[in-house]
Amino acid sequence: MSAQLTETSRVETAASSAPERRVNPFVRAGLLLLALLVVLALPWYIYPPVAMDILAWGLFAISVDLLLGFTGLLSFGHAAFWGMSAYVTGIIATRAGVPFPVAILGGAAAAMILAVPTGYLAVRRTGIYFAMVTLAFAQMLYFIANQASDLTGGENGLQGIPKSFFGIELVETDAFYFYYAGLPIILLGAFIAWRTVSSPFGRVLLAIRDNPARARALGYDVERYKIMVFVISSGIAGLAGGVFSVSHGFASLQELAWQTSGKVVLITVLGGIGTLWGGPLGAAVVVLLEDQLASSGFDGIGIITGAIFVLIVLLFRKGIWGTVSDLVTRVRGRAATDAQGKHDA
Amino acid sequence: MTQFLQYTLQGLAAGGFYALAALGLAVIFGVLGVVNFSHGACYMLGAMISALLLEHFSLGFWPALVIVPVIMFFVGVLVERLLVQWLLRLDPLYNFLLTFGLTLLTVDIMKRQFGVSSLKYEVPAGLGGRISLGSVDLSIYQLFAAAFAVVICLLVWVGLTKTRVGMIVRAATEDAERSRALGINVARWVTPVFGFGIALAGLAGVLAAPYRAINADMGSNFIIILFAIVVIGGLGSILGAVVAGFLVGLVEAYGQGYYGQLSQVLIFVLMAAVVLVRPAGLFGREEAA
Repeated sequence: MSAQLTETSRVETAASSAPERRVNPFVRAGLLLLALLVVLALPWYIYPPVAMDILAWGLFAISVDLLLGFTGLLSFGHAAFWGMSAYVTGIIATRAGVPFPVAILGGAAAAMILAVPTGYLAVRRTGIYFAMVTLAFAQMLYFIANQASDLTGGENGLQGIPKSFFGIELVETDAFYFYYAGLPIILLGAFIAWRTVSSPFGRVLLAIRDNPARARALGYDVERYKIMVFVISSGIAGLAGGVFSVSHGFASLQELAWQTSGKVVLITVLGGIGTLWGGPLGAAVVVLLEDQLASSGFDGIGIITGAIFVLIVLLFRKGIWGTVSDLVTRVRGRAATDAQGKHDA
Repeated sequence: MTQFLQYTLQGLAAGGFYALAALGLAVIFGVLGVVNFSHGACYMLGAMISALLLEHFSLGFWPALVIVPVIMFFVGVLVERLLVQWLLRLDPLYNFLLTFGLTLLTVDIMKRQFGVSSLKYEVPAGLGGRISLGSVDLSIYQLFAAAFAVVICLLVWVGLTKTRVGMIVRAATEDAERSRALGINVARWVTPVFGFGIALAGLAGVLAAPYRAINADMGSNFIIILFAIVVIGGLGSILGAVVAGFLVGLVEAYGQGYYGQLSQVLIFVLMAAVVLVRPAGLFGREEAA
C-alpha cells in the first residue's frame, strides 16, 4: 500500500468537502460576535485558570489545524514550539522582569526561530514521515531541556514565573483579571491564523494540500510555502504556550513531551480539521473533561482521552464542528428541496 | 580499547531490541501501510507479561520467550480485526492516530493496575554474571541478548527470502498494488503480518525484561527511538530497519560511554543528518515527488 503514500494527503477536513461554501455575511458576523461574547463571559462561569487553559489549548489546536487542515501536514511534534515558548517566556519573565505580554512575544519569537531548521528538515518528507520526523525532533528538544537544568530547572521545571503587568496588581494576583490581560494575546494568535488562511498565501496552501504536484507545476515553491506556514504555525503555538506557562506560573518538561503533541492533535481532530473554529471547541471539551476527572480523583486520564481518540478516529473523523455543520447543511438542503418542490408544484 | 569493546557489546545488545522491534514496525508498515504508534506499548506489554508470568505462574525467562510472542500475536490479530482494518483504506495518518490513542489507553491502564514502580525480574540462571576476555569484562546476558536478536533477525530474513509466504510478504512490502494485480491475495496476509509484527515487539520486551526497569512507561521513549530508526533506515525497508536498529544501539552506547547523558540527542542528530542527505533513509527508495 505504499502507493497510498504519495504526497497527496487525504485527511477528511470538516470544511473543505464543500468547496467555497457560501456563508451569509450576517450569519458569519453573528457567529463571530457570539464567539466573542462566550469568550468574554467564560471566566464568570468557569474557574478562571481553567478558562485560560481552554483558550491556550484552543489556540494551540488552531496552530496545528493551520498545518493539518490547511496544508495537509500533520505535525506530531508541536509540543516543541509550545514548550520552547513556555520555557523562553518563563526565563524572560523571571530574569528580565518585563510585563508578561512582552515575555510571551519573546517566547513566540524563539519558537519561530526553532521552527526554521526543524521545518527545513521536516518538509523534506511528507505525510506520515512528516509526523514522525517532527515527533523525533520534539523529543530531541525534550532531552536537551532535561539536560540543560541550569536554564530549565530539569526535572523540577521552571518555577515561580511572575505575571508582571505594568504594576497593575489586580492582574498580577487575581486569575480573573489575568484572563482578560491574556485574552488579547490569544485573539492575536487566532487573528494571524485567520488572516493566513484567508489570504492569497492561504489559497496556495490549500492548493498544496489538495495537489502538491499541480501546485509545483503552477510554479509555486511548495517547500518554501510549507516552511513558511510551519514557522507561522509555530509562532502561534508559541503564543499559546507562553500564555499557558505564565498562567500556571511554571513550565515543566511535560510541555515538551510527545503526549502534549498528541493531546493537541486529539483536540484538533475532535474539534474538526480544517475549520480553525474547531480547535477551541475541542479544547473546551478536553480541558473541562480533564478538570472534572482530576477533581474527582481519577488518576487514569489517558484511559479516557485514549478511548476518545479511538472513537473519534473510527467514527467521527470530521469532529464536532464538521459533524454539526454537516447536519446544518443537510437540514438546510432538505428545506431548500422542499421549498423547490412546493415552487414546482 | 577495553571500554570501546564494552560499549560495543552494550550497543549491540540495545541494538538487538531496537532491530527486533523495528523489524516488526517495518513489516507492518510494508504490508498494511500502518505506522504502529503502539509498538512501544507492545514492547512494554511483552516485558510486563514476562514479569507477571514469573510472579503468578512461576514461568521463567525461557518459557516466556515462547509464550509472550504467542500472546502478543493474538493481541495483534484482535486489534487488527477489531480496529485497524476499518481505517486501512484511509490516509495512514488515521491509523497512526488510532494506535496513538491505544497507546495512551494501554499505558494508563497498566499504570493504574501496577503502579509506577518497576516490577522485578531476574537474569535467567546460567546467563548471569560476567566473563572476562583478557582485560575486557562482559555481561553474559548482554552477549546472549545481542546474539539472540541477531539470530532472530537472520531467521526472519531467511523466512522472508526462502519461503513462499516470505516472498508474498516481500512483494506486498515492495508494492502492494502491483502484487494484487499479479494475483497475490495480499488481504489474506494482512492480519497475520500485523500479529507477527506485534509479536516481534513483544519478543523485544521479553528480552529487555531481565535488565531494564519494567514499568508502564518503559515504551514511551522506546517508540520515539524506533521512529528515528525507521526514518534512518527507510520506513519501507526491512533490511534498513535491522541495520539502523543496530546502528542506533551502537550510537546510543558510545554516546552514553563517551558523552554521558547527551547520547539520546546524538540519535536525533544522526536522524537529522540522514534526512538532510538522503531523505528516503539509508535503504529507502525516493518518493515520487
